[in-house]
Amino acid sequence: MTSPGNRPQEVVERALAESTADRCVVLVRVTGKANLRWANNTLTTNGVSHGTSVSVICVVDGAQGAAAAALSRDTSTWQQLHELVSAADAAARLAGPAADAGPLVEGGVASDWEDEPATTTIDVYGQVAPALGEAFGRARADDRLLYGFVDHEVTTTYLGSSTGLRLRHAQPTGHVGITGKSTDLTRSAWVGQATRDFTDVDPLALDAELARRLAWAERKVDLGAGRYDTVLPPTAVADLMIYAYWSAGARDAHDGKTVFGRAGGGTRVGDRLSPHPIRLLSDPAWPGMECAPFTTAVASSSDVSVFDNGLSLDRTEWMRDGTLAALVQPRHGAARTGLPAAPGIDNLVLEVDGATGGVDDLVAGVDDGLLLTCLWYIREVDAQTLLLTGLTRDGVYLVEGGEVVGAVTNFRFNESPIDLLGRITSASATVPGFSREWGDYFPRTAMPALRIADFNMSSVSEAS
Amino acid sequence: MSAAADRLRPDFLALPLHRLADSALQRCRDFGVEHAAVRIERLAAHVLRLRDAQVEGSHDGQTLGLAVRVVLDGTWGFAATTQLSTDSAVRTAEQAVRVAQVSKPLTAELVELADEPVHADAVWVSAYDIDPGTIPAQLKVDLLARWSRDLLAAPAVRHVDVAYAEVVENKFYADLAGSSTTQQRVRLAPELTVHGADERRGVIDSMRTLAPPVGRGWEYLVDAGRGWDWEAELAAMPEHLAAKLAAPSVDAGRYDLVVDPSNLWLTIHESVGHATELDRALGYEANYAGTSFATVDQLGTLQYGSGTMNVTGDRTAEHGLSTIGYDDEGVAAQAWDIVRAGVLVGYQTDRAMARRLGLGRSTGCAFADSPGHIPIQRMANVSLLPDPDGPDTAGLVAGVEDGILVQGDRSWSIDMQRFNFQFTGQRFYRIRGGRLAGQLRDVAYQATTTDFWGSMDAVGGPQTWVLGGAFNCGKAQPGQVAPVSHGCPSALFRDVSILNTHTEGGR
Repeated sequence: MTSPGNRPQEVVERALAESTADRCVVLVRVTGKANLRWANNTLTTNGVSHGTSVSVICVVDGAQGAAAAALSRDTSTWQQLHELVSAADAAARLAGPAADAGPLVEGGVASDWEDEPATTTIDVYGQVAPALGEAFGRARADDRLLYGFVDHEVTTTYLGSSTGLRLRHAQPTGHVGITGKSTDLTRSAWVGQATRDFTDVDPLALDAELARRLAWAERKVDLGAGRYDTVLPPTAVADLMIYAYWSAGARDAHDGKTVFGRAGGGTRVGDRLSPHPIRLLSDPAWPGMECAPFTTAVASSSDVSVFDNGLSLDRTEWMRDGTLAALVQPRHGAARTGLPAAPGIDNLVLEVDGATGGVDDLVAGVDDGLLLTCLWYIREVDAQTLLLTGLTRDGVYLVEGGEVVGAVTNFRFNESPIDLLGRITSASATVPGFSREWGDYFPRTAMPALRIADFNMSSVSEAS
Repeated sequence: MSAAADRLRPDFLALPLHRLADSALQRCRDFGVEHAAVRIERLAAHVLRLRDAQVEGSHDGQTLGLAVRVVLDGTWGFAATTQLSTDSAVRTAEQAVRVAQVSKPLTAELVELADEPVHADAVWVSAYDIDPGTIPAQLKVDLLARWSRDLLAAPAVRHVDVAYAEVVENKFYADLAGSSTTQQRVRLAPELTVHGADERRGVIDSMRTLAPPVGRGWEYLVDAGRGWDWEAELAAMPEHLAAKLAAPSVDAGRYDLVVDPSNLWLTIHESVGHATELDRALGYEANYAGTSFATVDQLGTLQYGSGTMNVTGDRTAEHGLSTIGYDDEGVAAQAWDIVRAGVLVGYQTDRAMARRLGLGRSTGCAFADSPGHIPIQRMANVSLLPDPDGPDTAGLVAGVEDGILVQGDRSWSIDMQRFNFQFTGQRFYRIRGGRLAGQLRDVAYQATTTDFWGSMDAVGGPQTWVLGGAFNCGKAQPGQVAPVSHGCPSALFRDVSILNTHTEGGR
């Protein structure tokens, strides 16, 4: 269907023209992907894929309100597109009134609408793959094993509405993650970063950092469970704050189901959650982490509405000066919660006003404590407090007199990110920090390193 | 045509499956590949969400595409497309070859595949009565909304959430050796959650149905004789929720635990299922899902648990979510032992790993979650066998002086070598003197895998055995999700560490 003459823009126009519903939104997503994966210093799997997915949202007016239907198909022929539009029209006519019904977003044709879809190929690794090969050789020579993954995806979204709105957005997304182990598997370290195009990825430098960290771990120290003065690097802060962001739906809070709501109902917007000058925000224009500046929704949920497709997204502060300032919700949620519409945005930034320096500066201030690498297998234990459990992974380092002096065992932790924000003893400047746990699905995060005086390491994990 | 062939969805069979596969395979042959396989796959999914008896979201989605996988000069190559034309199939084959060529310099170990008999023109369809895709969406909404309204009528219930997912999966597979299989699987994951609050104590909490996701059709929701009595479970939920909200907080310490199958399936999944995946034991997941303490040098000797522990891997169990006729490498479904009388005796494998370790035939655990993803080793239905003469759950409870009964899965977390885990549940009951003595709140159990299974003192009988499971088992990079079931009886574990989650949170 993307052969000459069947451009995504044409698919949008044809679907809109074919629909017999009262209103209609069409989303065409053209995606290219390429990846390489390795273990034990050798490639294990790889792949490229290309695809086109079409979503059709039809709206039909009825006596009790507007009804909607949302259908998506991977289509490759005009006949398949015709069947999709017919099915969406029919489903909308059979559906009951939509709880989130509202006017579709108005607007004109964006200036880049006619641009071709962006894509990627395996050749995006033209520089990286040979360097990886060299890193494998170095690792072999130095008794080190490398395990890792490079992933690059480019999705171009074309959004057309019966209101006349036409929007296009191309999203490059990529990351590299590498785990290094000693050949006896007793020491393990990890590095990872997000990237848009792999021009800023240096496999040999990443391997060198792994070698440095594995050297730190040559001295092992036994520690038991307990509360420790702990430095969380930006990646570990991202692991926790992404979970908090995903729990920040206005409707769930309003219904008293989450840490951002009250037991009797109503949200905690306006409550001070931390005594520190903390700002948690999302911004589609954040340099290096640019993401879609308008809402795309193939289905409605409590946090997003298909009726909001195309809605402009602007910088949104979720927390400001330590105070809860906004919760995620579509336009129609405003009437129920009394809060303004605040649709989700595909990046997340945590800033602490006045904080400077980096992880090393925080470590320099620790007399007797721990430096983490990243967190893993994070799951909610208690919704009311957002108590999360999980593990430390691939390097917990002992800090004495401001310097790393060895490695200790891994731990299981039980902590709430909201509680932690109230217990910060120092923070670094905000820098890009790729989440180990969630980065494959939410890669655009910038975080400070945080020092927490009494981080709860609930038990020891024997994993190395 | 066979009875199974008659049940295949005609609109999948109407696709030019053989023509596309032949074109791609022929192009692979041109490059002299050692192995090539084509998958054409469609996943038709309907997802519904209701909140307080109103539809919050509904999506009807289909993923459809073609994938080519080759081994060229001992190196994998993979490419996929959503374009189902002959030209596209040929181009995708060329891309797979190109990926293998680019990957060759990074490859130190040559790929070889374990042998598998040829399965030509094979057809397999999972066990179900009613294709859920034939049920009008509004009928599904009507049933789920009625259940929601009934629950909302109870004073203890403030809110009701419903999540419903159905998937009809069609796969066509063909390889250069001559195998070609056409399969259809149906699965359902309905769940309801009730929310309540005790404002006087400032407590909120929720409770989810224990009904497992299953490899069944629409009959699962409307016929109590087909796997679950929904009306009975829903009728009891408000009272369970009220008791939970009023329950005392647990005293942290060590207790004997009777674990119901509705909770134990997930502990099996995390601490046995993943730990006995051969790709993890070999380090392939070291950068993501993790490795395993159950390393290959311990096969046949590792004391995994007590002598009451017998675990099988199984891709043949009726209604199992991991049940298939043939895997995504053309290997026929099998069942085998993983733990026998407490000792590790088997792994889950794909063809390349089975060959590499000299294990003979693959156990048939290759699976890709979509046409755009490469098949990797995924989990069979890994199940704990009941004691043929074992007691019922009340019988196990009767053997506990001071303990806790655990029902329903909730929070789960385990480390990257599958040692240290922590689980919560939907309901916890105090056991005193062999009898239940009301619910407890804020309970989590924490243990190391071999300690926990070593503490299994008694296993319930076949009358307690239930097939639990999940749709969303995550693994691999790029990330893939897989559906999998785990059957188990109730079981008794001695002297397990219990945390109070309220005090863990520093309160």
